[in-house]
Amino acid sequence: MNPALFIAKTGADAQQTRLGVVANNLANASTIGFKRDRAAFADLVYQNIRQVGANVTQNTNLPSGLNLGTGAQVLATQKLHTQGNIVQTDNSLDVAVTGRGFFQILRQNGDVAYSRDGGFQVDPNGQLVTNNGDVVQPGITIPQNAISVSIGNDGTVSVQNAGTAAPTQVGNLQLADFVNPAGLQPIGGNLFLETGASGAAQTGTPGQNGLGQLNQGSLESSNVNVVQELVDMIETQRAYEVNARAISTADQMLQYTTNNI
Amino acid sequence: MDRMLYIAMNGAKQTFLAQAVNNQNLANVSTTGFRADLDAFRTLPVSGPGFDSRAYATDESSGSSFAQGTIVTTGNDLDLAINGDGWIAVQALDGTEAFTRAGDLKVTTTGQLLTRENLPVMGNGGPIALPPFEDLEIGSDGTLSVLPIGQAPSTLAVVDRIKLVNPPAGQLEKGKDGLFRTIDGEVQPADGNVTVIRGSLERSNVNAIEGLVKMISLARQYETNIKMMAIAKENDESAAALIRLQ
Repeated sequence: MNPALFIAKTGADAQQTRLGVVANNLANASTIGFKRDRAAFADLVYQNIRQVGANVTQNTNLPSGLNLGTGAQVLATQKLHTQGNIVQTDNSLDVAVTGRGFFQILRQNGDVAYSRDGGFQVDPNGQLVTNNGDVVQPGITIPQNAISVSIGNDGTVSVQNAGTAAPTQVGNLQLADFVNPAGLQPIGGNLFLETGASGAAQTGTPGQNGLGQLNQGSLESSNVNVVQELVDMIETQRAYEVNARAISTADQMLQYTTNNI
Repeated sequence: MDRMLYIAMNGAKQTFLAQAVNNQNLANVSTTGFRADLDAFRTLPVSGPGFDSRAYATDESSGSSFAQGTIVTTGNDLDLAINGDGWIAVQALDGTEAFTRAGDLKVTTTGQLLTRENLPVMGNGGPIALPPFEDLEIGSDGTLSVLPIGQAPSTLAVVDRIKLVNPPAGQLEKGKDGLFRTIDGEVQPADGNVTVIRGSLERSNVNAIEGLVKMISLARQYETNIKMMAIAKENDESAAALIRLQ
């Protein structure tokens, strides 16, 4: 069949994928620690239908050839790890990272995952866990008789025990950093996994060696810009319509042929 | 056989090819840094004994449009758009130097600066390699300044400069991989007058409205050719009917 149909199909297809990415961003506009995705478009390979410079006769050659593209594709979805807004919550177990770095979370299967979501809770054993119940690494246990918890900018966790004047230090929160955070694999639940593209995790004390500082009583909101996504959505819809129109035009051309000959 | 039928068939075939080129542009209406493909029809007269009554049409690529695409701000540190004329030099898969306008770059674990198609971006002396950095700043002339991890802001140092070139538009052609190269294949010197805008991307320079109008026009042109084929058929039928009458 004619390439016109298939080229337009790749365009519509790519726009549909992009709409999926935009819809996912919008759905996660309120997800703590969410990083928006971007669909990276690229043109597909070109076909050489007629070679430029080919001889038409013995003495003359074509001044220009015909290179026909084969359409567009979504090459990758790229996570944009820009800082989200820091929102004050005044909850003592909420921690936001300002700058680089991820919290380390021990998943149920024993893997370590990484997260920007610092909305923590305490489980019945006193351990610091995520909203999903996964334990924060390195493990921190809040004693039962603690009346308040304070988390310093450098990750020091200390508690005020009932009946004691001086606070007791119970552990340190550490952050992990990656050479290429965009290479982390998102697995849902606000978690990321280390990959070959992200590089190995470099753990360290918050605020040191380029790592971000911790802010107690705040959360990092999603870095999705709703206005940006809506504009992207309009553009995606119109681009889809143009490609759908191209398909129907190619169809009409073929239909006209079969009806008239 | 009747020549008219063949000439009309050729016209229809070439018009459908032109429609495919147009669809390629419309499919890439959202591709960052895409340059629209241009095509044009040319006549190929068939010379022979007697009167030259036949002229076939052929559709040809006539280069790419070098109009500037819309620049949109993304706020991403590794995005850059070229302001005005100019190109980013990259190393193509075959090892040669090629040019692109797509500035959505990324960094690998080994510090290589790559395009979205994983091609190394060229610097002053070959592909760019960056040390582990906390912050990367792209200057308006393509200079890359890096703040090494864990160092004071005063240690911000220039590590390399993205090779920006500006060969004359007439010397550039698009390859099968969608990258541009000079026709003579010579290595281009870096041009200090090319400027970039950081945190922005240049969209495709395809004009969707123009594409839609062209699509309608080509569809009608195609139908005209098909109509001519139908008329050729009618002519033949009339001739056959005449012969039957005798």
